[in-house]
Amino acid sequence: MDDDGRIARIFREEYGRAVSVLYRVLGDLDGAEDAVQEAFAVAAERWPRDGIPPAPAGWIITTARRRAIDRLRRVGVGRSREAEAVQLAPPSEYAAEPDDIPDDRLRLIFTCCHPALSPEARVALTLRLLGGLSTAEIARAFLVPEPTMAQRLSRAKAKIRDARIPYRIPSAADLPGRLRSVLAVLYLVFSEGYAASAGDRLVREELCDEAVRLARVLRSLLPDEEEVLGLLALVLLVDARRAARVDAGGGLVPLPEQDRTLWNPELIAEGHALVRDCLRRGRPGPYQLQAAIQAVHADARTAEETDWAQIVALYDQLLRVAPTPIVALNRAVAVAEVDGPTAALEVVEPLREPLARFYLLHGVRAGLLARAARPAEAAEEFDRAAALCTGEAERAFLLRRRAALPV
Amino acid sequence: MTQYLLSVIEPDGPIPEPDVMARIDRDVTAVDTDMRTSGVWVFSNGLLPPESATVLRPADGDVLVTDGPFAEGKEHLGGFSIVDVPDLDAALEWGRRLALATTLPIEVRPFRG
Repeated sequence: MDDDGRIARIFREEYGRAVSVLYRVLGDLDGAEDAVQEAFAVAAERWPRDGIPPAPAGWIITTARRRAIDRLRRVGVGRSREAEAVQLAPPSEYAAEPDDIPDDRLRLIFTCCHPALSPEARVALTLRLLGGLSTAEIARAFLVPEPTMAQRLSRAKAKIRDARIPYRIPSAADLPGRLRSVLAVLYLVFSEGYAASAGDRLVREELCDEAVRLARVLRSLLPDEEEVLGLLALVLLVDARRAARVDAGGGLVPLPEQDRTLWNPELIAEGHALVRDCLRRGRPGPYQLQAAIQAVHADARTAEETDWAQIVALYDQLLRVAPTPIVALNRAVAVAEVDGPTAALEVVEPLREPLARFYLLHGVRAGLLARAARPAEAAEEFDRAAALCTGEAERAFLLRRRAALPV
Repeated sequence: MTQYLLSVIEPDGPIPEPDVMARIDRDVTAVDTDMRTSGVWVFSNGLLPPESATVLRPADGDVLVTDGPFAEGKEHLGGFSIVDVPDLDAALEWGRRLALATTLPIEVRPFRG
C-alpha cells in the first residue's frame, strides 16, 4: 500500500477515537471534529515527506489537541476553562501506543445513540463521528440529498450541545433500554461497511472492524445481555466471509459461489460459541436469531449441504419478533431453496410495494424469475435493481447476472 | 447546571373524574416535593383552563387585546415545572416521573442560559 493509501486507512481507523478523546477534552463536537480534521490535514502534508510516525493515533490526537489550543487562543479564550482543560491533560498521555490512549468511543456511541435524537440522526452521527464517513457518503448510504444529511447532522450536534445530552456510559439501570438503539446503530454501521453502498470498494474493512470492535467492547461491558452476544455473533459470522466475498477483480461473489476455504475459521468458531451460549440462555431476540441463521450457513461445507429447512424455521421465528419486509424478503430467499422459485415469488409478491425502492427486492425477484425460466421479466428486474443499487461492486454483479440471462 | 422546562401537554376536553384527579394531584405533589428536597426545583405550577387566557398582539405600534387562548388545538399547556440539573438525562428522569404522575406527555426543553 502506498503512503496515501495508508494515511487514508489510518484516518478511517483513528478518526472516531481521536474525535472521542477531543470531545471529552473540549466539550464541543464541532471543535473536536475540526481539530481532528486539521491534524489529518497536517499528516497528509508531512507524513509522505517525513514518514508515518510509529504511533500515528497518538500523533493525530496530540496534534489535534495543539490545534485546538491554537484555535482557542486565536479566538481569545486562551485563559478560558476550555483552554485550560485542553492543556491540563499531559501530552505524554497521547504519545504512547494506541492501546494506552483512553478509549472514549463507547461514551461517544451512547451519546450518538441517545434516544432524545431521531433514529436517522443516531445512525448518521455514529457513522460521521465514529466511522469518519463524510457527509456525502452518509447521504448516499441513506439515499438522501447531501444538504439534507448535512442539516440532519448539524441539527443533531446542536441538540447534543443545547439539550446537554451527557457524554458518558449510562447507569446500570438505564443501560438495557439505551442498548437497543446502540445495537441497531452498530449493526447498520457493520452493514454499511459490508455492503459499501457509499463507494466503489466492496468491503470497507475499517467500518466492519469498527462495528466488530465496538460489539466486543459492548459484550465485555454487558456480558449478560443476550442480544449483545447475538449482535457480536452475527457480525463475526458474516465478517468471517469477508475474504471470500470479493474475487481477485474486486467483483462480488454471492454466498452459494463462495470458496468456503477462504472463510475465517477463528471468527466462525467464536461466532458459533456465542450462538451456543445464546441457545443455552434461551431468551432469543432478533440479533440472536440472525446469528443462528448465519451459523447454519457456516456449518455447511458446501452450499449444497446448507440446511435450508432449518434456516426457514429460524426466519419464521425471526419474523415473529421482527416482522419487517426485509426479514420477509430474506426468508423468501430461503423458501426458494426449500420449495422452489415459484413458491418464493409468491412470498415476495406482497413485499413489492413496501420495498419498491430497495434494490435487493428487485435483485431477489430477478434471481427467482431467472430460476423460474422467466428471463424477460428477470432482465427487467435486474435493470431496476442495478438502477437503484449505489454500490459499484454490487451493481456490476447484477449486470453480470443480467448478461448471463438467455434472452 | 442547566435549567429545563418540563411542560405538561394536556388534551382539550373535560378533566378526569374527581377520584382520578385526586390521585393525579397526590402523585404530582409527591414528585414536586421530591424535586424540592433534591434541590433541583426552580418553579412549578399548574395552569387554569386555556379559556381563562387573554392574548395581546402587536399591531401597527399598538397592541390588540383578544380573548384567548393563543392557538386552538387538540392540546394545550396544562402546567409546567422548571428544574436545574446537570444534563438531559437528569431532566428526562424528572420528566419521566412527571409523565407517570400526570398521566400526560411531558415536553423537556432546555433554557438558553
